[in-house]
Amino acid sequence: MPHDTNKVHVSLRHVTKTFRRAGGGQDVHALGPIDLDLKRGEFFAVVGPSGCGKSTLLEVLAGLTPVTDGTVVFEDQPIHGNVPDGVGVVFQEDACFPWMTVSDNIAFGLRQAGIPAAETARRVAAALELMGLGQFARSHPAQLSGGMRQRVCIARTLVLQPRLILLDEPFGALDQQTRLLMGEEVLRLWRETGATIFLITHALDEAAMLADRIGVMSARPGRLLEIVETGWAPDRDSTIVETPEFGQVTARLWQWLRVESMKSVGRMDRR
Amino acid sequence: MKPIFLLRLLVIAGFIGFVEALCRIGIIDNFTMPPPSRIAADLARALASGKFNGPIRATLLNAALAFCLAVTVGITAAVVIHRLAALRTSLDPFFATYYAVPVLAFYPLLIILFGLGSAPKVIIAFMLGVVAVIVNTLNGLDRVPRVLLKSARMARMGWFATATQITLPSAAPFVLTGVKFAVAYALIGIIGSEFIMSTDGIGFEIAFAYNNFDNATMYPLIVLVMIISIIVNMLLSIWEKQLLERRGLR
Ligand SMILES: Nc1ncnc2c1ncn2[C@@H]1O[C@H](COP(=O)(O)OP(=O)(O)OP(=O)(O)O)[C@@H](O)[C@H]1O
Ligand SMILES: [Mg+2]
Repeated sequence: MPHDTNKVHVSLRHVTKTFRRAGGGQDVHALGPIDLDLKRGEFFAVVGPSGCGKSTLLEVLAGLTPVTDGTVVFEDQPIHGNVPDGVGVVFQEDACFPWMTVSDNIAFGLRQAGIPAAETARRVAAALELMGLGQFARSHPAQLSGGMRQRVCIARTLVLQPRLILLDEPFGALDQQTRLLMGEEVLRLWRETGATIFLITHALDEAAMLADRIGVMSARPGRLLEIVETGWAPDRDSTIVETPEFGQVTARLWQWLRVESMKSVGRMDRR
Repeated sequence: MKPIFLLRLLVIAGFIGFVEALCRIGIIDNFTMPPPSRIAADLARALASGKFNGPIRATLLNAALAFCLAVTVGITAAVVIHRLAALRTSLDPFFATYYAVPVLAFYPLLIILFGLGSAPKVIIAFMLGVVAVIVNTLNGLDRVPRVLLKSARMARMGWFATATQITLPSAAPFVLTGVKFAVAYALIGIIGSEFIMSTDGIGFEIAFAYNNFDNATMYPLIVLVMIISIIVNMLLSIWEKQLLERRGLR
């Protein structure tokens, strides 16, 4: 088993994020306070109502957004709005560079990091194969479907072999079947690489199937209401959805989320 | 695509045939304008004789110089202005009213300052084009999706690498619009200045022929100017089409 799940990989202490509105508007308290430890090599999923601050939390972890209060420590180094080495992100939005071919998109991070051309070519070829994009290596993103573009973005991050992988609804654009298959693919990668995975999703069954632990977030400002432990074996796959335990996990998630989602929808109505 | 191209050709051919007929019948008399067939023959002869090679080269070189200056200075300025919000705010009204000022009015002043060489003409053509490049590039830079900038930050790119490898390529369709303006303004600026006051160039030759009632020179040169700008624009359109098609925008 490659996972030494006792060591803390990332630790958040009392993390809060408030977006200051320029020009005297209302500040937006988006997140926190949040306390959370991600263990090295664990698969952590986050679910929460729309607009509760999930993406903000991810950007804090990636070092893209400085926190307003609290501390984030990754591999014993504090992160404060600076991108640390060894962290990879797949964003919620389509992040493909439309002027580059699929191959060049995937090679982008490797080239920026100055990885030798031969090694870059090798990793890109492997990623194309893995993501089923081999035929489209020389296509441009506009010629691909939304789901294929998202796979390009996933490949672009995976080739960098990050130790902490942050995924923001990476399967949002995919149909249910592909979603399940991609989920299994991510599980396989997770087992092979031993990376820590932080996955945001709005699909409760996806969280329940993939994760070791699932954090349930409150309506904005997002706080962690509960952390549900699934207790799955690392060599799990999508057949887990047939077990009664799976049903119990999803039911617990839904219990927590039902109320929070209603709150967040209610707030939208009143605006 | 093909039928439309044919149709366009037909419209142009029809128009030329119509003018030809008007000239031949005598509705347009030959002192005002020779028939298109004769203009074409005159143009072919003039080009073959090589007597306009000098003026053509002078005009095209100056236009190319002004164009390159407008594009490089314009894009660089746009990147800098985009980074500095305060500068942007103070310059915006200036850009908005810029084209209300007839830049050619400064031409005599520039001649006094720089003499009657290429410099005043290039400066005029540059001034005409550069702001169109800046404004269009800024417009494109404003529209770069935030997620691409985040991707650049994840790759730990500095601002210069981000500008050259992410924001400018992303803004390319808008930059290209500015570039198209710069081409048109480069030709207008150079030929216009040559027209007003100059010692060489196509515009000077047209003005000279006009003053000497030399229709056999004036009309072929006017047609030449049209042909040059059509060719340049067609090349740009091909580039634009490729760029937009690749991005699924057309
Ligand atoms: N750059 C920003 N400036 C101001 N407010 C922001 C910014 N980014 C996010 N917010 C606000 O913070 C809150 C949380 O946003 P966030 O994108 O983190 O939510 P989310 O949980 O990812 O939502 P979704 O499920 O729709 O993706 C929202 O109210 C949003 O408007
Ligand atoms: Mg989000």
